[in-house]
Amino acid sequence: MKLTTTLMATSALIASSVAAGAEEMTIVSWGGAYQASQQKAYAEPYMALNPDVKIIWDESSGEAVAKLRAMAEAGNLTWDVVDVVAADAMRLCDEGLAMEIDPDTMLAPAPDGTPASEDFGDLLVSECFIPQIVYSTTVGYRTDLVGDTPPESICALFDTATYPGKRSLEKRPIGNMEWALICDGVADEDVYDLLATEEGQARAFAKLDTIKDDVIWWTAGADTPQLLADGEVVMGSTYNGRLFALIEEQKQPVAMLWDAQVFDLDGWIIPAGLPEDRKARALDFVYFATDTQRLADQAKYISYGPARKSSAPLVGKHAELGIDMAPHMPTDPANAKHTFLFNYDFWADYRDDLDAKFQAWLAK
Amino acid sequence: MSDQTSSGPVVAADGRPLKQSLQRALRRQKLRALMLIAPLLIFILVAFIAPIGAMLFRSVENEVVSKILPRTVVALENWDYGSGEAPDEPVFAALGEDLLEAVQTKSHTILARRLNYEKSGMTSLIKRTGRKVKRMDMDAPLRPQFIEADQRWADPEVWGVIKAYSSPITAGYFLNAMDLRLTPDGIEKRPESDSVYVLLFKRTILLSALITFMTFLLGYPIAYLLSNLRMKTANMLMILVLLPFWTSLLVRTSAWKVLLQQQGVINDVLVWLGLVADDNRLELINNATGTVIAMTHILLPFMILPLYSVMKTIPPSYVRAAKSLGATDFTAFRRVYFPQSVPGIGAGAILVFILAIGYYITPALVGGTSGTFISNRIAYNISVSGNWGLAAALGALLLILVMALYVLYDKIVGIDNVKLG
Repeated sequence: MKLTTTLMATSALIASSVAAGAEEMTIVSWGGAYQASQQKAYAEPYMALNPDVKIIWDESSGEAVAKLRAMAEAGNLTWDVVDVVAADAMRLCDEGLAMEIDPDTMLAPAPDGTPASEDFGDLLVSECFIPQIVYSTTVGYRTDLVGDTPPESICALFDTATYPGKRSLEKRPIGNMEWALICDGVADEDVYDLLATEEGQARAFAKLDTIKDDVIWWTAGADTPQLLADGEVVMGSTYNGRLFALIEEQKQPVAMLWDAQVFDLDGWIIPAGLPEDRKARALDFVYFATDTQRLADQAKYISYGPARKSSAPLVGKHAELGIDMAPHMPTDPANAKHTFLFNYDFWADYRDDLDAKFQAWLAK
Repeated sequence: MSDQTSSGPVVAADGRPLKQSLQRALRRQKLRALMLIAPLLIFILVAFIAPIGAMLFRSVENEVVSKILPRTVVALENWDYGSGEAPDEPVFAALGEDLLEAVQTKSHTILARRLNYEKSGMTSLIKRTGRKVKRMDMDAPLRPQFIEADQRWADPEVWGVIKAYSSPITAGYFLNAMDLRLTPDGIEKRPESDSVYVLLFKRTILLSALITFMTFLLGYPIAYLLSNLRMKTANMLMILVLLPFWTSLLVRTSAWKVLLQQQGVINDVLVWLGLVADDNRLELINNATGTVIAMTHILLPFMILPLYSVMKTIPPSYVRAAKSLGATDFTAFRRVYFPQSVPGIGAGAILVFILAIGYYITPALVGGTSGTFISNRIAYNISVSGNWGLAAALGALLLILVMALYVLYDKIVGIDNVKLG
């Protein structure tokens, strides 16, 4: 009797998993508020339109490059669409791990007929990369701990006389070295030429040395908002969407310092070598998820700018808070007076070397 | 009286020499034992040793350059780095042919990444040249065409890097991991601004030793209490030891963040008590102190449990006998009890030390910059930078270090002196 029940239960389990019939697609993203916004803006409408598709989320975008390399070596691709930052997409494209995309045939045109390649414009930084959002690494500060004069320039980070207290900066050279050089008097256009030289690098490290004892170094986007809320730091850098959540949703006494924000792109890649049916499904999803309306929809849930020019006028109000999202976009003219675009070519060349030097400098 | 000749071997009942017969019987026994553990052995070989071996092999494997630039590598053998000039036309001709083939299979980008780990700028150099090589005239001299495509091809340093990394097996990764550098001139030391690994190795070993010592200091009294109290109280205390052990690691580490922060609980209490000034709060986190405190807490059960299980087997009658012979409490403890607990200390210490060396989550979260371990760099090299050769070399060095320490431990304490209960 017991044996029969066990046998029946096991076979029922197996049968149910086989008879599910749903087509499954694995999408990889970063987790947290960003992934939640993608789920609401892209995945749920897509599953409503295609009831036989089930989307499974994986939160491994932080290790996407290493994992895709391992999957390619093992010959077993378990991911269908992967969200990566542009620098990682370029690296994956270089190694042949990402599929090449032709924007005009594989991505939707704008509602007025402009082909996708023009609608995305310069943001198509790699042949395998489909941009989704423009986000920036920018600084937030505690309004109640900065005294009477709120900071207006990025050099407030280095001004411990006027703004005493700890700061938090990202634990990598990208962004910090550029800020150090600008605040040491270098013009924007000369920053990367100078950083390519030993003297320029030494100069940036010397400037960072002036605040080194007051810096808490973060590796996760949630670190700085937590440190600001606790009052551990007076000002700190993080992704602008996290600061938006901190200020508007959690109502903390924090304000944004948009000066010298460093823009970066985040978007999709499709792993190379997918079987035909999964590739077709992945391309179908990407076509839907990166059309003009969808990119504008994502801005309803998180304050990252859509990558398409045609989406900008469609950005409306936050879905839950009801506030206008446009002034909170990093691309809004009021916020974007002085910006840096992540210099992909420079950092592709110098990242390994500068990171080793940065870690050596940190360890001393 | 024996009727065997004195020069013949001893024979068993069936006429075979006794030695052979014995060996045959033993062999059958050994074979049976081997068959029993064969599944486990095969599983460990396939799922554990083979993948780790493959990963460790990456630390010396360097097929990229010789596979993608085969002719160039051969042509470079005649070139002398010391001449201070870029090589001659034959080398460039070889490079042209190799690059043309590589660009068609898009493998030149893999070469670019590999060389960029050794010299910044190689990525853009090779990618840019790759775009232009298709339009080059293969019948005309290639040297001026290459130098026109990118100035850097005239730089002997660039060629030096290619030559230094031509062989399929390289010591470059290991040298990198020891803060040295492989140049065409030989091995040279890296500049101070670029050296971090030796420092990290030292820090990892020292901090792990400190953590082991701290867990021993805190864990020994607890284990002693647990093994000597009444059953009921002992079980209650054991639950208090095991509950945190079963709680998620990240939860415990985050709790330490809340406690140790400058605006955290401990500092607030100290300021309220007046022991610490408000603007001069103790820095207990984001440095080595934070790492030691958090990791001591996390690794404490690994010291307590082996100690407890060994102490439970120490008969109390020995200590009573020592006291009855006139020993003071302390002497009885020092000369009778403590030596018997040494195997447990050995087991706990090895466990805690090896775990501490390999940890990277807790040092990453609470270590700041002065409390991170070598494992953080290994993780960086695997996930972010993609330099798996360097990660494998660092891992191999860590393994060798641990084995060396194990041999040292064996010489000093003796590995038979390790018991788990």
